[in-house]
Amino acid sequence: MDFFVSQILSGVASGTIYACLALAVVMIYQAIHHLNFAQGEMAVFSTYLAWQMLQWGLPYWAVFVLAIALSFALGWLLQMVVMRPFRDAPMLSNIVVFIALFTIFNSLSGFIWGHDIKTFPSPFGSGPFIESLRVSRHQAGMMAVSAVILLLLWGFFRLTRLGLALRGAANNPASASLVGVSVMTMTSLGWGMASAIGAVSGLLVAPIVFLEPNMMLSILVYAFAGAVVGGLTSPGGAVLGGFIVGIVETLVGTYIPVIGAELKLPIALALIIAVLLFQPAGLFGKRTIQRL
Amino acid sequence: MSALLDVRDLTAGYGGLTVLHGVSFAIQPGAITALLGANGAGKTSTLRAICGVIARKGAIELDGRAIQTARTEAIARLGVAQVPDGRGTFQALSVEENLQMGAMTRRDRAGIADDIEKYYSLFPRLKERRQQQAGTLSGGEQQMLAIARAMMLRPKLLLLDEPSFGLAPKITLQIFDTLAELRRTSGTAMLVVEQNANLALEIADHAYVLETGRIVMGGSAADIMADESIRASYLGY
Repeated sequence: MDFFVSQILSGVASGTIYACLALAVVMIYQAIHHLNFAQGEMAVFSTYLAWQMLQWGLPYWAVFVLAIALSFALGWLLQMVVMRPFRDAPMLSNIVVFIALFTIFNSLSGFIWGHDIKTFPSPFGSGPFIESLRVSRHQAGMMAVSAVILLLLWGFFRLTRLGLALRGAANNPASASLVGVSVMTMTSLGWGMASAIGAVSGLLVAPIVFLEPNMMLSILVYAFAGAVVGGLTSPGGAVLGGFIVGIVETLVGTYIPVIGAELKLPIALALIIAVLLFQPAGLFGKRTIQRL
Repeated sequence: MSALLDVRDLTAGYGGLTVLHGVSFAIQPGAITALLGANGAGKTSTLRAICGVIARKGAIELDGRAIQTARTEAIARLGVAQVPDGRGTFQALSVEENLQMGAMTRRDRAGIADDIEKYYSLFPRLKERRQQQAGTLSGGEQQMLAIARAMMLRPKLLLLDEPSFGLAPKITLQIFDTLAELRRTSGTAMLVVEQNANLALEIADHAYVLETGRIVMGGSAADIMADESIRASYLGY
């Protein structure tokens, strides 16, 4: 029983990372109705920025805050400089831009910091948190930080006027500008926040998977799976989807011997396909209800 | 009395297609002005051009201030609200969140809360459904929500695009009664675009008739309603 619980907890722990990145993906999807393939590579770049600042001797939590702020600015800048000209462009142009961003950030990370694998410190220390359940201190800290971030975001979207303006601009851009909301500012804010959330996921996962330019590649696939499972139109669903993917991935890898660690990634893809087949809007996605 | 909105020689269109060819008219403060015309005459485009939703040329002055180059959101902040074509409610947001969206340009928390209660008492149906997603409302309820949302801005000028669209005659009458009452109690000037000319002329002070992107007639609502030839040639009833 303990072993099963520990597996679930380990699934939840990886799920927190997928949930954060899935949330970042959904935020941009809601703002511009495209999937940002470069979300993971942007997060890697943010993590390298953090690594660099740590090398310069800055304390961890200062770096954590700075990395989030820098990533926010980077996301904002990307929207204003790179994405803005494509806002009315067809879907394929957008996809090509995202692939370009993916390659640029991937190469840039490798060019500046090299392709060797770097260790990344955990602020929570090493060793077990709950011995009997095999939860490490880092896993526990990761869950706590993600929980705080997700709670803050929930509060921001549900309880603040700016959060409401963001949701309104995503829901009906034309009407949002008619009530005085600048849709362009809201889209930039969405990009900034998505990029900042991606940075959190990168910083939290780096101590486990080690830092290298392709660190986020498989994690982004899991995050996409989480976003699709939960529904691309539902931030809460995406978070839950991330957890579901984390738990399923861990349990399947442990209990189905044929699959093991090697075949875990296809599980995520199989999940995407299964959900799209049976529940195209995702488990929690809203099929837009409309009456005329 | 100087005009609240003065439109002179307004040209506008979609891409290469020009649909307004030098439209001029004025809206007096506190008055209801009807903009009438057949399908495709350019009524909706006129509203879109005033709010900068489509590219436009010419002079548009609000309270003596040129707004023909201003962005849509800046024009909203100057006090122009619009109930657009198709109502423009935020379908995924709740009724109450729609009303709060309408007040996005305002900073007075208490005033916003008061106004929400005011429109709930004017439209009790909305109060019953305050937590419901706007997309699930009936057509009439959505129109009420759209009007209340626009009024939440406390506009100087409210632009309404086909308030009768898709509504049962009884509901349409209620909506027009409410508009007349809102004008009386708040003093908000209104520009009502309407295909149902008779209905619009009942509550309007002034009226203009548009035909293929040009104003062909303007005057007091009573005069236009009384003129048999205008009714026969342009309004079709």
